Amino acid sequence: MSELPTGVERRAFDGTERLATRGEPVYGEPTDGEWRAWNPNRSKLGAMLELGMDTGLAGGETVLYLGAASGTTVSHVADFAGPTYAVEFAARPARDLLEAAESRDRLFPLLKDARKPESYAHVVESDVDVIVQDVATRGQARVALENRQFLADDGRLLLAVKARSEDVTRAPEDVFEDVRAELEEGYEVVETERLERYHTDHLGIVARPL
Amino acid sequence: MTDETDAATAGWFSDLQPGDLEAAADAITEGRAEAPREWPATAVEDGYADSRDDYYDRLHEATMAATRTAVRKRERADDQQLVHAIRAMDDCERTANELAERLAEWAGTVDPDAGTGVEYARRLASGDEDGLEEPAIRSLAERVAGLADEADELREFVERQTPAVAPNLSALADPVLAARLISLAGGLEALAKKPSGTVQVLGAEDALFAHLRGHAPSPKHGIIYTHDAVRGTHPDERGSAARAVAGKLAIAARVDHYSGELKPELEAELAERIETIQARNAEDGDAATDGGTDDE
Ligand SMILES: C[S@@+](CC[C@H](N)C(=O)[O-])C[C@H]1O[C@@H](n2cnc3c(N)ncnc32)[C@H](O)[C@@H]1O
Repeated sequence: MSELPTGVERRAFDGTERLATRGEPVYGEPTDGEWRAWNPNRSKLGAMLELGMDTGLAGGETVLYLGAASGTTVSHVADFAGPTYAVEFAARPARDLLEAAESRDRLFPLLKDARKPESYAHVVESDVDVIVQDVATRGQARVALENRQFLADDGRLLLAVKARSEDVTRAPEDVFEDVRAELEEGYEVVETERLERYHTDHLGIVARPL
Repeated sequence: MTDETDAATAGWFSDLQPGDLEAAADAITEGRAEAPREWPATAVEDGYADSRDDYYDRLHEATMAATRTAVRKRERADDQQLVHAIRAMDDCERTANELAERLAEWAGTVDPDAGTGVEYARRLASGDEDGLEEPAIRSLAERVAGLADEADELREFVERQTPAVAPNLSALADPVLAARLISLAGGLEALAKKPSGTVQVLGAEDALFAHLRGHAPSPKHGIIYTHDAVRGTHPDERGSAARAVAGKLAIAARVDHYSGELKPELEAELAERIETIQARNAEDGDAATDGGTDDE
């Protein structure tokens, strides 16, 4: 089991050990003083940490987060990481994302399309340490490849693949196989794990840029 | 300006005066670059920021402002799409009905068994109606059927889109009624700013004009009276039901406009309130006041 990043701890909430970070609550999660529980059922990155995947996260890194939605996960990331760029292309969830970013001065919300990196390359810095991607849309491997340009050579991609977003009719295993093959055009896959316990038909991938 | 910044290698802050938040937000939204660069370091070198920390503070301020404006703009655009769609739907329906009347009149002169209405036009158009050979009539029937199809498609569009623009209104009313209210008010923001008394009579203006033109009874009610909770209530209590529905819809519109978050409790509260109102009439002879106090 790999170590948790600094700023993420296991703490007891109502007698249950749960992952937690320090920050303003965002989605009605239980709190304990400054700490807020990180619900792995609502967060693929939370699930990857719960499952002990080797994310390589240490705390304090610069992060590009793709598919931030209303900020559930990216708020936890901003709690323990450094500068965090949050890209989301739907207006409605972005509204909630703004609220999560209000109290987090190193969380930068961007209403942009992750398939068009040129529309935010004038804002997001080069050589980020980590890309977290959870876009749940078709062409998830493509999105990761197109955003590879932001990642430092020794950086990591933490990717959650949703099988149903690619093709509802195919078996998830086959979809994952294809996504992985395409991803290998630009990344070396370090670890994969099904997130089944928390998210149906999702695959967690840790990868390094080639 | 001596050295114009090369657009392809410029960051969002290039050419900006520190402190001009509006221009900074525009630059975030409109700008682009071929590739990312070490922007924090560049900004400090260029004198846009004093330090990395200072740069990130400015970036936070600028991205917040940019995203807030972009979100508002997008949502405003979405509710205007609904306004147009629902108006187009009504136009198609009304026109289809008017033309169907004209068609029935005409068809009746060549076929004594000719039917009426849009359904008759559809049968004619699809060739299921024999005994009517006149191509001009058949062609008109095709137009009517086409318009009716268009109205159906617009209705589907409204049913699909309204929950995204106004989740709470769509949950409390059906999406079509929700879109109608938005359209009558002129937009979601305008609706959110109306007091519940105004929401209750929205749509009555149209009926009032129809009345003045002499082909409708004097209007007492807005389109809220088409809401199931009002229609399903005994006429004696309909006023109370309409007030309750209008009150909750006004709140739903505000939540939709200002936060956009779905609040399921609104629906539960309305259901409970309507149940109380409907129970009054069931207990026949009870001192049912119109004041809206819940008697336990
Ligand atoms: C499963 S949700 C993300 C949940 C979020 N990561 C969390 O755990 O809090 C997927 C999000 O990706 C967004 N998305 C899909 N395609 C996108 C794209 N091309 N660019 C940016 N965001 C996208 C969707 O709007 C949606 O909000």
